[in-house]
Amino acid sequence: MSEPLLKVRGLKIGATIYPPGEKSRDIEIVHGVDFDLEAGKVLGLIGESGAGKSTIGLAAMAYGRGGVELTGGEVWVNGRDVLQSNMPDKRKLRGAEVTYVSQSAAASFNPAKRIMEQVTEAAISQGKFSRKQAEERAVALFEKLGLPDPENIGSRYPHQVSGGQLQRCMTALALCPQPDLVVFDEPTTALDVTTQIDVLVAIKNAIRDTGVAALYITHDLAVVAQVSDHIMVLQQGAMVEYGTTDQIINNPVEEYTRALVSVRSIKHIEKEPVGMPILKVEGVTARYKGTNFDVLKNINVEIHPGQTLAVVGESGSGKSTLARVITGLLPPTAGEITFDGRTLTRELATRPLDDLREFQMIYQMADTAMNPRQTVGTIIGRPLEFYFGLKGKAKQERIQQLLDEIELGEGFQDRYPAELSGGQKQRVCIARALAAKPKLIICDEVTSALDPLVADGILKLLLRLQKVEDVAYLFITHDLATVKAIADSIAVMFQGKVVRYGPKSQVLAPPFDDYTDLLLSSVPEMRIGWLEETIANRKMESAGN
Amino acid sequence: MIRIPPAALIGLFFTSFFFLCAIFAPYIAPYGMAEVVGDVWEPSSSEFLLGTDSIGRDLLSRMIWGGRTTIFIATAATILSFVTGATLGFFAAVSGGWVDQALSRFIDLIMSIPSLIFALVVLSVLPTTIFTLIVLMGLLDSTRVFRLARAVAVDITVMDYVEAARLRGEKIGWIIFRETLPNALSPLVAEMGLRFIFMVLFVSTLSFLGLGVQPPQADWGGIVKDNKEGINYGIQAALYPAYAIAALCISINLVADWILSRTTSLKGGRG
Amino acid sequence: MHPIIKLVAQRLTLGILLLFAASVLIFAGTIMLPGDVAQQILGQGATPVSLANLREELGLNTPPVTRYFNWLGGVLQGDLGTALTNGRDIAESISGRLKNTIFLAFWAAAISVPLAIFLGLLAVRYKDRWPDKTISAVTLTTISIPEFMIGYILVYWLAIKFRWFPSVAIINDSMSLLEKLNAIALPVMVLTLVVLAHMMRMTRAAILNVMQSAYIETAELKGLPMLTVIRKHAFPNAVAPIVNVVMINMAYLVVGVVVVEVVFAYPGMGQYLVDHVTKRDVPVVQACGLIFAAVYIGLNLIADIVSIVTNPRLRHPK
Repeated sequence: MSEPLLKVRGLKIGATIYPPGEKSRDIEIVHGVDFDLEAGKVLGLIGESGAGKSTIGLAAMAYGRGGVELTGGEVWVNGRDVLQSNMPDKRKLRGAEVTYVSQSAAASFNPAKRIMEQVTEAAISQGKFSRKQAEERAVALFEKLGLPDPENIGSRYPHQVSGGQLQRCMTALALCPQPDLVVFDEPTTALDVTTQIDVLVAIKNAIRDTGVAALYITHDLAVVAQVSDHIMVLQQGAMVEYGTTDQIINNPVEEYTRALVSVRSIKHIEKEPVGMPILKVEGVTARYKGTNFDVLKNINVEIHPGQTLAVVGESGSGKSTLARVITGLLPPTAGEITFDGRTLTRELATRPLDDLREFQMIYQMADTAMNPRQTVGTIIGRPLEFYFGLKGKAKQERIQQLLDEIELGEGFQDRYPAELSGGQKQRVCIARALAAKPKLIICDEVTSALDPLVADGILKLLLRLQKVEDVAYLFITHDLATVKAIADSIAVMFQGKVVRYGPKSQVLAPPFDDYTDLLLSSVPEMRIGWLEETIANRKMESAGN
Repeated sequence: MIRIPPAALIGLFFTSFFFLCAIFAPYIAPYGMAEVVGDVWEPSSSEFLLGTDSIGRDLLSRMIWGGRTTIFIATAATILSFVTGATLGFFAAVSGGWVDQALSRFIDLIMSIPSLIFALVVLSVLPTTIFTLIVLMGLLDSTRVFRLARAVAVDITVMDYVEAARLRGEKIGWIIFRETLPNALSPLVAEMGLRFIFMVLFVSTLSFLGLGVQPPQADWGGIVKDNKEGINYGIQAALYPAYAIAALCISINLVADWILSRTTSLKGGRG
Repeated sequence: MHPIIKLVAQRLTLGILLLFAASVLIFAGTIMLPGDVAQQILGQGATPVSLANLREELGLNTPPVTRYFNWLGGVLQGDLGTALTNGRDIAESISGRLKNTIFLAFWAAAISVPLAIFLGLLAVRYKDRWPDKTISAVTLTTISIPEFMIGYILVYWLAIKFRWFPSVAIINDSMSLLEKLNAIALPVMVLTLVVLAHMMRMTRAAILNVMQSAYIETAELKGLPMLTVIRKHAFPNAVAPIVNVVMINMAYLVVGVVVVEVVFAYPGMGQYLVDHVTKRDVPVVQACGLIFAAVYIGLNLIADIVSIVTNPRLRHPK
């Protein structure tokens, strides 16, 4: 049997952490990982944040980011243990044999240099190609990656191309020196869902056509299922399961893997609208001060008591602005908002306290939504005291009751937000909203900053609370999987307009308008071959149009 | 039990030492502030520990009394600078809009002239009393506190938890004192140390130039001015205040660093 | 029009407006303060006749706005007025002194700027190791001592004890460059020490900021040698912040000059200003204040313009 391209044995990685005000100390973040990667194959590394997957990816280049140190084990590339190499040998490895594509191309390109110079730099300085050859290669790669105007795009500066295009340029940068292995580190995570699919296809084709091997790092199992031959599941710096993509997706062995695979499989049966709508948004148009275009154009939606309206769209679609208008933070320039039969005033300052109490807000970043200097007890207790005048024992009891409802037990009252995990923080924010006994909660991307399993837990909690408290949700998200899991009705937003609106069953059923189709078809599904299918269908459609 | 790192302990020790000397100057100074007790520039002896100054006053007593003046002026000016700067800064940040714009542009304007130059211009017509000095230094320096306080407050007011409080219907008082201020405190406290140091340097400089504390009142800058001729004869009298100022400033720096690192490591950090 | 030209033009206009506003502030600072300026200048023993004469001379009988515009009109034509104390033309007295001050500041800058950048690089190269720690301990100390005290400490040791340099820095036109440089050695040293600390700290922070960017990691992952990474990727992006640091510290130097000139009895603008503040010679103070403010605003303006001109996003708009 021939030696694999990349062979990792007992890899241990340590880091020095500097907690403020304390002595720095060393911790181990990867605890002995083994794997092989054959030439021309793709291995997906998957795990939640803190699993150590990026660190392992960079170890293939004998590189430790920041205070990270490769403390033990072996990393063999092309038959050499690169951890034992001296610096000049490591340099010959990096950028020639192994290259890297980062999550944020925008930050990884030097803002002061033209794209072409940066794409060809490694190939030229490593002596693999002459400048002319490297530039020809680059243009060919630009074309293969579907970049517009491949002949000339290289003469632009990084800020002159879009985020999706720059991510493809980064892929070209990695492929230009004709490496044996490319490390892709969450290359599509920062992109909008409809852009992600195009970049994903471009990367997949480029890998196939160049025959390069790849380590594909991501937290999204559905994405990695589309591109990799094998998958390794990581949790907190240790391997959980390793297998072929088919085995991991279709027959996962370990419980953790099974949980990852079955994520987003919450079933929620749509409720029929009953009675008067609790919230009615009619003809709302809005613009920000000092701008000359409307971010919201003639919005009409309504929510029924105890039900969920999901507002879905990509960044810039105006979905978060809609929340600001409803809460009164941004007065609309036209239109009317009715809540529980009363017309709401346009501005926050003029609304009576009861109107404020009856709809509450939960934010995307639980970190910034809680005052770091207040305990959980104070955070949840304030609305109780403020709206209902609860004090002393009554307040304490109610706080504990709310903590029980969000499945946090005793002893959380005196903790500070920094002592909670991401999911716990979001739960406390939910409790704070519930404390006001609202009829409507606006949830602004509440799960998008969380790892999939944690996000699932939050969604389940929200659904359960809806039943118990009979509260309505306005659920703002870019993630269609979440929408499917939780919505009763859906509004699809695009460029400030609602392009499709109705009960979930209708919105998600054909015939689709172009944008909804694009959006729906762009959400990666947890099965092999989804990417090819989608692209094939799209081609047919574009041929038919 | 709080564990204090050695550097901070040294800082704490010297800072308290200087402040205690300043407070109890009348009891610990061997001679009166302006009392001529010996010959000109006598060397140090058991009678005059640091020797005497240019007109025969006990230098140790002058140093103690001078420290009292310098520290008093610097403390008062720092307080004035903080009260003015922080109030206006928070006010600008929370009000936003044209109030913020007008205040910020005005502060920019004052800061476009170096403070020492501005102080000299004003002192060319104002009588140089301790009161004038405190007000002048405090107000000029409040521009820096304003900028910091405003920046910190702006950072905090865009936080979701402040928005959440506004959506709840909280009054401005709660938003400033319960949501904003506790999170703004640690950078402001650290800045307070720096401002105090700056004030010590500023008042010493003015006195040295003859435009600060007026004789016979002693202060550290003034002692340098009185004794600078002595340097040419190899007499160190003018250098003692230099050592004192350096020791005081470095100690305060050490304490400020420690406070900053402690407050940021408080549960919850700075968010 | 290219956006850079537009932005630079905007910044220049703003700078000129700021200078006018500063002139108003300086004028107001000396005129509109409470109390009778003439009384302040002449003291309690002044006779009514001499008070009236001085008021007439200062133009105190005309409204302040008129006086301001008269003054400004003069300044714009190069007429800074006449000194109260000796009746000499201020512009004439200042020109020679301004030359001396620029001479002193130039040499201080010529030594401190390269030194600060070198030490800043050194501190970054050996971050958190002993060279970095030593440098930051020394800078902490120099920041904590006022300029004039550094001056006297140097005079005591280098001029009096070791007799290497003269303790006063008196220069005149008949001296050769070398003689002049020897004369200003100590003041240049003091000024260098004073600005070095700040400049070095800020340079260190600016370079560290660039070195921690993701594009530096990209360059390292291309297997480029360290020097190439610094030369091709760090340097082009570090120029603007470093120039900014230098300009801010040159502005700081302008203020430091005032005190240092007094310490060394150097015949420059700073000493001229301090002398006349003591004598309450308002026209001289206004003129000097305006010149110092103009230099300060000018240096900050240059820093702004450099960061606009070197910004690739502005140089190559979409």
